[in-house]
Amino acid sequence: MIGLEHFLIVAAGLFGLGLYGLFTKRNTVAVLMSIELMLNSVNLNLVAFSRFIVSDTFTGHVFAIFNIAVAAAEVAVGLAMIFSIYRDRKTVNVDELDWMKW
Amino acid sequence: MGELSYTAAFYGLAVITLAAASGVIFKRNLVHSALCLALTFMGVAGLYILLEADFLAAVQILVYTGAIAVMLVIGVMLTQRPDMTQSNPGNNLMIPAALVTGALLAVAGWAIVGTRWEAAPAVVSENSLAVIAKVLFRDYAVPFEAVAVLLLVALIGAVTLAKGADDK
Repeated sequence: MIGLEHFLIVAAGLFGLGLYGLFTKRNTVAVLMSIELMLNSVNLNLVAFSRFIVSDTFTGHVFAIFNIAVAAAEVAVGLAMIFSIYRDRKTVNVDELDWMKW
Repeated sequence: MGELSYTAAFYGLAVITLAAASGVIFKRNLVHSALCLALTFMGVAGLYILLEADFLAAVQILVYTGAIAVMLVIGVMLTQRPDMTQSNPGNNLMIPAALVTGALLAVAGWAIVGTRWEAAPAVVSENSLAVIAKVLFRDYAVPFEAVAVLLLVALIGAVTLAKGADDK
């Protein structure tokens, strides 16, 4: 019987992979991809809780829809910033983007 | 859907999702990572279908696989030198990152397994879209409008940032 725990464990694995990528990636686009993985795992958690705990209100579905909209906005602005940085610096390596360092 | 086919579908989709997510992180070529990311989104959409969230599965495929993954591929193409084979390198934080991630997974797994979840009786709704529409446009109408404004701001901001401030 597949229950709530199974979906939560898959989502936790997805979040862990995203977190690991966020820490270890050098390319800014790969960092954005890791953030997308983490947002997806959160959405999966919301929908799983909505299905198994409060299956009559669909609040988790609505939260997931808002989350998807925010993720789309985030990736659009993030990629625009990456293009802008790439035009100025000819690199998207996060280790070299350190001119705000004190 | 039968119990056995549901279980098989869950494990198949979970393995696909997690394997593709590992591909996103561990592939050396950033284009392969982006394609693995699209496969991860498809796997999550399948899990949504198993959770009886058919509308969200459609939104997931349209927005994530259709828009975000393609946008990320364009981002990869526009910001890479001709050599793609080593375009996704890692830094020297692998061991601390693995420690932190392992600790997080251990705590999350302990919490998930150790909690007694009060499973509500599953209400099988024949049409989730009608219920979502009611909740979204009545109870959450103000956040819905706020998200619309956020998307407009993100659109204008992205165009302004990508165009550059100096070229008129």
